[in-house]
Amino acid sequence: MALWTLFGLKSGKATTGWPRRGAEDGQHGVLGMPRYRPERCRAGCDDACASVCLPGAIQIKADADAAGPSRISLDYGRCIHCQHCVDACASGGFSASHDWAFGVRRREDLIWAETPAPEPVSELNGMIRRTFGRSLHIRHVDAGSCNGCESELQALNNPFYNLHRLGVFFTASPRFADLLLVTGPVTYAMRDPLKETYRAMPDPRWIMAVGTCAVSGGIAGGGYACQHGVDDILPVDIYLPGCPPNPAALIKALLLLLEREEPSIQGGQVAK
Amino acid sequence: MNGTAAQILAPHELPAACRALIANGGRMQMAYAWFPDPEGPAEARYLASTGARQPWTLWRCHPAHGEKIPSLAEISPLLGWYEREMTDLTGIAFDGHPEPYALVLHEGAHAERPPLDPRAPANRPLALTAALRNLPEVTGRDVQLLPFGPVRADVLESAQFLFFYIGEGILHYQPRLFFKHRGMEKRFEGLTAKPGALLAERVSGVGGVAHSLAYCQAVEAAAGCAVPPRAQWLRVVLAEMERLYNHLHYLGHLCHTTTLKVGEAQGKLLEERAKQINARLTGSRFLWSVIAPGGLRHDLDTTSLGAALETLRGEFTGYAALLERTNSHLDRLFATGVLNRQAAFDQGATGPVERASGLDRDLRRDHPYAAYPALPPAVPTRDTGDAYARMQVRVAEIEASLTLIQQALPRLPDGPVASEYRASPRTEGLGWSESPRGSLYYAVHFNAEGRLARVKIKSPSFSNWRVFPLVVHDSNMMDYAINEASFGLTIAGCDR
Repeated sequence: MALWTLFGLKSGKATTGWPRRGAEDGQHGVLGMPRYRPERCRAGCDDACASVCLPGAIQIKADADAAGPSRISLDYGRCIHCQHCVDACASGGFSASHDWAFGVRRREDLIWAETPAPEPVSELNGMIRRTFGRSLHIRHVDAGSCNGCESELQALNNPFYNLHRLGVFFTASPRFADLLLVTGPVTYAMRDPLKETYRAMPDPRWIMAVGTCAVSGGIAGGGYACQHGVDDILPVDIYLPGCPPNPAALIKALLLLLEREEPSIQGGQVAK
Repeated sequence: MNGTAAQILAPHELPAACRALIANGGRMQMAYAWFPDPEGPAEARYLASTGARQPWTLWRCHPAHGEKIPSLAEISPLLGWYEREMTDLTGIAFDGHPEPYALVLHEGAHAERPPLDPRAPANRPLALTAALRNLPEVTGRDVQLLPFGPVRADVLESAQFLFFYIGEGILHYQPRLFFKHRGMEKRFEGLTAKPGALLAERVSGVGGVAHSLAYCQAVEAAAGCAVPPRAQWLRVVLAEMERLYNHLHYLGHLCHTTTLKVGEAQGKLLEERAKQINARLTGSRFLWSVIAPGGLRHDLDTTSLGAALETLRGEFTGYAALLERTNSHLDRLFATGVLNRQAAFDQGATGPVERASGLDRDLRRDHPYAAYPALPPAVPTRDTGDAYARMQVRVAEIEASLTLIQQALPRLPDGPVASEYRASPRTEGLGWSESPRGSLYYAVHFNAEGRLARVKIKSPSFSNWRVFPLVVHDSNMMDYAINEASFGLTIAGCDR
């Protein structure tokens, strides 16, 4: 064992200081949600963006009469950032971005809006802070994910992100948990275990839907075996789409819940 | 189907054919059913291998209405799960099955018609009533039943494990999987070939490259499309990079179960480094959204990849050497969860699990695809079949993958990375790849409109989950977590 002690001492610190200013978030090169630029959207195109969008994040409005940007509805809660819309749009209406920190408190903030409405000041504000101080215990439930989200959640405890330093811990028992973190579209067989886990948690308790599947069903939602995300069953407090969301996006969303970060997405856009 | 020698067999001819195949050293690979005509009956298909570089054997079987197919599970035990899956999803019945219970569908699930039947109502969720568990009777003084899951400790995939035990001793172990069954195969139906690659990546997230590769190769075979050389070579690079981050995770997680804390931290740190390299190369930490039918979606800039991987190799070599010198870690692995060669063969073990039990099989070498004919991989094997052997195989595979990528990078051909393909109506294709966890098959069928009519996915974890309980019966509780980690299973791929 002395070998490992020596090895650890020699290796030094591997943990990033992020989200402290100037520190490395570890997501160099990671592509996020494509950015929508309505001013580049051309009338008379063949709606290629919507036709290549597998999960239906981009849709042509049924009642649309006009050509151009007002025809499009865009829901980042369904986006799997596959970049097919970026490849398909000839006029640059969608462009690749590194906007992956898409955690929001209101589901409507994931839907693109020309003039985003600011989040109303809630009377709950400050409540989480008062209740938990700076600490949070999470019970994770996999309700039918592809294991991509789990892989990134597990990464939170690797030495690079070292989630513990932020006072956030995963716990085995729902009895000790403050937050129920759900991945997957919710399969018919996981529906009851998910509800039971929630019932076993003491008040006050929060729910975070992690990954596009948990937010909206994603590519797996519907069919004979799946729901369309956690919303169908339990009240969600934080939505974090992403396929899967990377560890830095997960940390941002957890800090948003703890009111240690300001919301960064409004009306489907990075808030100015 | 491409690469296969196909034969139509009547149900009663199957047992003799299966016995002959096994007597000649062949092995069943998978079986599935589909509905060639939306209004007609289901067809069962059996895929078998007869040896390296030999065409696959494919049997097609058309049971008459209401006719049962004789179960082959007593002849080739690994087929047991495939037959149960066919019954659940397509309604084909088997005669004389030793375990005639639902598998893929939850016990207590009700469907008007089997979900893959084209006449089944679309998008109607399965109903679920109180589940009866099909458990063997284990009685005796002090025997207890421990049901663990489906919500388990830590961040883990959902499954339930049932242990009959006395004190520390496990008498009988039964995993209940398929809580995560999402009906992924059905989601492909009606799609064109291109978006299918996105679905394939998300069948088992940490095997996304292997899945999209097998899927695309099946589609390309159906369309008769030739993939440009540069894309073939880059596909090999991507597939080996997927093996790297998976195996590094495996080593870290194995240390977690033997409570070697610094070893766990280092394994997971190296996994993180590998994922960050993935992201810089492709924009995705999982290497997704690159492979597509016809080649790649875009070219990759590999300029700094070689140097990044050499740095990783340096750290990995020191790490692996330390693990081999840590008695507290090795003591927990020696003679733990021994899977003997015969059981591994009969029950269908695949990937590092079978190679640790002395079976020298690897699709990259035995049925080469992409650029593997020009880049033959080293295939490490061990004979002892214990957790230590499974770890050693993976350590050697990390070294082999790094070597293979470094061989490939300077020799990457120039040229385009995508070619045109057109899915023709009523065609079918078989694709395969050796994922980090073992053999993976995709069988795709296109309908009269050139859209996907059926996609069958055989994931490596489906094979290895069937084998795993064999090494748990009659073992002890203290070893369970180590034993499970040493198999390196995923549940998403198995459940689909």
